Amino acid sequence: MRKILVTLLFLLFGTSAFADCNIKSGSINILANDFPALRTFVETSKQCKGSADFKVTHSSEHNKIAVPALTANPSEFSARIAANSSIVPLMNQDLIRPLDDLVKKYGKGIQSSQLITIDGKVMAVAFMANTQHLYYREDVLKDLGIAVPKTYEEVVAASEKIRASGKMQYPYAAAYKAGWNLAEEFVNMFIGHGGEFFKAGGAQPNINNAKGVATLNMLKKLSELSNPDYLTHDSEAIKVEWESGNVALMTLWASRSGTLLDDEGDPNITKATKLTGPATVGGGNIPAATLWWDGFTLAKNRSDADAEATFRALAHAASNKKMVADAADQAVWLVEGFVPGPKSIGVIEAVKMGAKPYPMLPQMGLMHGALGSEIVEFLQGKESAEQALKDVEAAYISKAKEQGFL
Amino acid sequence: MGIYSPLIQNLMPNKTFFWFFLPTGLAMILFIGLPIISTGIQSFYAQHDQVVKEVKKCDPFGCTVSIVVDNELTTKLREAKPLGKFNGFGTYIDRNHLAIDEIKKFWNETDNFGAFVDQVTNLPFYKALIFTLTYCLFVTPNVLLLGFIIALSLNAVARKIRGPLIFGTILPMIVTPLVGSLVLFWMIDSQGIIGANIQNLMNDPYLSLKSSKTLTWITIIIYGIWHHSPFAFVVFYAALQTVPQEPVEAAIIDGASRFQRIKHIVLPHIYPVVTFVALISLMDNFRVFEPIIGFSAEGSAQSLSWLIYDNLVNEEVILFGSAAATSMMTIVGIAILLAPVLIRTWKEFKTAR
Repeated sequence: MRKILVTLLFLLFGTSAFADCNIKSGSINILANDFPALRTFVETSKQCKGSADFKVTHSSEHNKIAVPALTANPSEFSARIAANSSIVPLMNQDLIRPLDDLVKKYGKGIQSSQLITIDGKVMAVAFMANTQHLYYREDVLKDLGIAVPKTYEEVVAASEKIRASGKMQYPYAAAYKAGWNLAEEFVNMFIGHGGEFFKAGGAQPNINNAKGVATLNMLKKLSELSNPDYLTHDSEAIKVEWESGNVALMTLWASRSGTLLDDEGDPNITKATKLTGPATVGGGNIPAATLWWDGFTLAKNRSDADAEATFRALAHAASNKKMVADAADQAVWLVEGFVPGPKSIGVIEAVKMGAKPYPMLPQMGLMHGALGSEIVEFLQGKESAEQALKDVEAAYISKAKEQGFL
Repeated sequence: MGIYSPLIQNLMPNKTFFWFFLPTGLAMILFIGLPIISTGIQSFYAQHDQVVKEVKKCDPFGCTVSIVVDNELTTKLREAKPLGKFNGFGTYIDRNHLAIDEIKKFWNETDNFGAFVDQVTNLPFYKALIFTLTYCLFVTPNVLLLGFIIALSLNAVARKIRGPLIFGTILPMIVTPLVGSLVLFWMIDSQGIIGANIQNLMNDPYLSLKSSKTLTWITIIIYGIWHHSPFAFVVFYAALQTVPQEPVEAAIIDGASRFQRIKHIVLPHIYPVVTFVALISLMDNFRVFEPIIGFSAEGSAQSLSWLIYDNLVNEEVILFGSAAATSMMTIVGIAILLAPVLIRTWKEFKTAR
């Protein structure tokens, strides 16, 4: 049935896929993160390159390259695939160009909801959404008569029950690797508690309070139910833990569901792996998760001709109905014509529950960095929650002063 | 270079030495001297005050009013003063570096010395400094000792099997540090061969070499010794080949034990080489970095080099001032560590003339 559907869609939209977008000149060079959905997206835009020169760099180290590469004039890349957080340093340094004219001229298929506008100017075009949500092992929960958890308190109770049953020693997993990943978990949990990172209208930190303490205590409880090596585990490591059958409840990126549910690994585990929305925490009604978009931005320090060629190729992908039909499993596409499949449950639930996007603030990166290193000692039991939060604020303030935010 | 130059000077006239050294000297100024000066200047500057404005931001999830950097005004500021805002020693003494104000505060607030030390070692710079020094303190002497023992033992085995043995011994040095540490990292995983066996041995299923700070430190130090010993061994082994045989034979006839021979003849003979290896090891160990990345040990062990890396790449905003300040302090730290050895070498050099 599904095959027939895909074939039908192919027939309907197939013509557009092979359309040469009639780009006569210019050179296109794209910098992007490395995961399947982005590869699909870039490949699709390549079909439209015409006689333009086309190059792409997929790298998980994209964050480290982006600012220096786009600062050069002419810049190395003509486009950068960015997300809520990674667009901020580009904005701070004034490295990307407004896209209004190009959208008007070449962006016919792009929906207005895909446009990221800042101060009335289109700065990026989003094409997919992402979030972190819960994954659970249906078989394990069923055996023990546990309902699918909706809150982190229930996650803790369920994990304790699984541990007590002797089925698994470390039933919970999340990417708690010290640094960016751990800080991201704090950000999620803090937002779930209804916290605001900065005092209203400024860059003064605002995390050393009851919400911050509650956040840390919840992270600690979860860490105690995780593999003791949790401080070294990133998304890839917990995915491996899951596939080895050591874990029954996990918080992981929606964009990883594709590789988690593919044919590799133990078929029994894959069959029992189910997705559900992100959990709430502390009686709050918004989920303890952040919404993310991935979209393309164009470099400022590059000729208008290159920008135009790049925009046309990328806009071709960002409005491609065939791509989102063919690759419906790879991501939650924001492109028109996307029919959400079972792997999109997490993001769709998160949006329904009113999840907040990751804060797009110029000083947020500094806060994220300070969190990643300063809350480790609390989790190791060497420090009180208050002391850890005090340290985060102090580390942040020093960095923010050096950067001129305070 | 500094260690060899007096030797070379003794052998050739000053003029020849000058021409001999010129290309290296120029390269050193260009690739080491100037960057250090540039880093030094950078460390005295901070970013301009950020000019922000409130704007409406819309994304697929809705619209909010929040702040962005005002690029027009910022560009003007940057064009006027490209280096940034002069900050003097501001970055050096802030909380993330020497933390002068915080230490004063801790001193006044705490009533016993232990609590004061606890507070100070909680500051990022001192935390990193303590790990770096501990690493140097344990790794350097052990590398010297182990290197020397291996060199002596290999010097004593039959010539036929020496070649393969030497190759095996220097393997740890050939293996890229990152690969070496990754291999060990996987072995000490709670499901890895070493980690699982230690859990069995201690009968504690929650024991993890990676989550305990002390155990992480011990692992990194053992790795450091394993990785650096071959270097000491190679140099010592070469030096052992130059030990004159007559005094050794004379000592044997006089009835000196093996230990006495090593203590009174071999060690004094290779002493300058020991100094050299000690110097190089100290310098290398003070810049410990790769194992921290390889072992994903950022949570439990941070070194000065890691702090620089963190400031440059881990933040989405690059902290040039902070990184430059830490770099300068690392250079000062190495100079202080090496001072005793250097002064001693210089004195010996003087008396030798």
